[in-house]
Amino acid sequence: MKSSVITFPGSNCDRDMDVALKKFGFKNKMVWHNDVEIPKSDLVVLPGGFSYGDYLRCGSMASKSKIMKSVINFANSGGMVMGICNGFQILVETGLVPGVLLRNKYLEFICKNVFVKINNKRNTYFKNIDNEVLELHIAHNEGNYFCTKNQLKEIEDNEQIAINYCNKDGKIDEEFNPNGSIKNIAGIFNKEKNVLGMMPHPERMIHSYLSGEDGSLFFNNLINNLK
Amino acid sequence: MKISVIITLKKDVLDPQGKVIQQTLDGMGFDNINEVRQGKYFEINMNEKDKKTAEGKVEDMCKKLLANLVIENYKIIDAQ
Repeated sequence: MKSSVITFPGSNCDRDMDVALKKFGFKNKMVWHNDVEIPKSDLVVLPGGFSYGDYLRCGSMASKSKIMKSVINFANSGGMVMGICNGFQILVETGLVPGVLLRNKYLEFICKNVFVKINNKRNTYFKNIDNEVLELHIAHNEGNYFCTKNQLKEIEDNEQIAINYCNKDGKIDEEFNPNGSIKNIAGIFNKEKNVLGMMPHPERMIHSYLSGEDGSLFFNNLINNLK
Repeated sequence: MKISVIITLKKDVLDPQGKVIQQTLDGMGFDNINEVRQGKYFEINMNEKDKKTAEGKVEDMCKKLLANLVIENYKIIDAQ
């Protein structure tokens, strides 16, 4: 399976993602934001970081960079595109997934492990995964998911919510909402479910000696689903 | 021509920064404040003499980059 990770000026989780993808069997290529075409890929990843210094709005400049035309075409033709953290912010700015990510409710940069409940397994990202709940890491200042009432209805009708913040038993409650996101939303799909944006970093949870292994479950499952 | 445009958060969107500013102003003794909302201001200097054309271009910029219309409104407040 071939993957591509796009590096924007200010991306800082691109290398981590490269290591994670390779560990689970992807042949990964790093792609520079100024390139015009993405290489032939089964998966394209927009990594975390602070693209363009988070100027104007997080992800707004990156969403207009040269490579994104090719990424958007790839996504619109059914290609798998995953945005993590800043990558999620870039995805919402392109309009590939609905909504926006606002400043965290309590104005804090949040860096900690959280639990997320998988809300929808009828897609290539989460199909066949045994777990209902994953422990993943978040590190962000703007992860407060927001959308209009009409968008929320559409998202729910189309089963586009991918993961919600919860406790370790999978209980979704405001108490376990780290950043103020509507409905505890931590990740969301496009209508067709080939594009996934999420705030948590699975690439940070691929070794027990780092902070956990639940990211391994995610990547292992993903590559098997793509085969 | 120089176009000035402001971007403001829509009414229903939470503005935690505005809220903190309000609380600080309260603490400083400025009373009777109902609400503070924070926004953005841009001055765009263009090689364009026609006001309508310049405003049209800035409007396009707002829609495509400067504002995110899910949460923000834009308003051209000056052109000279």
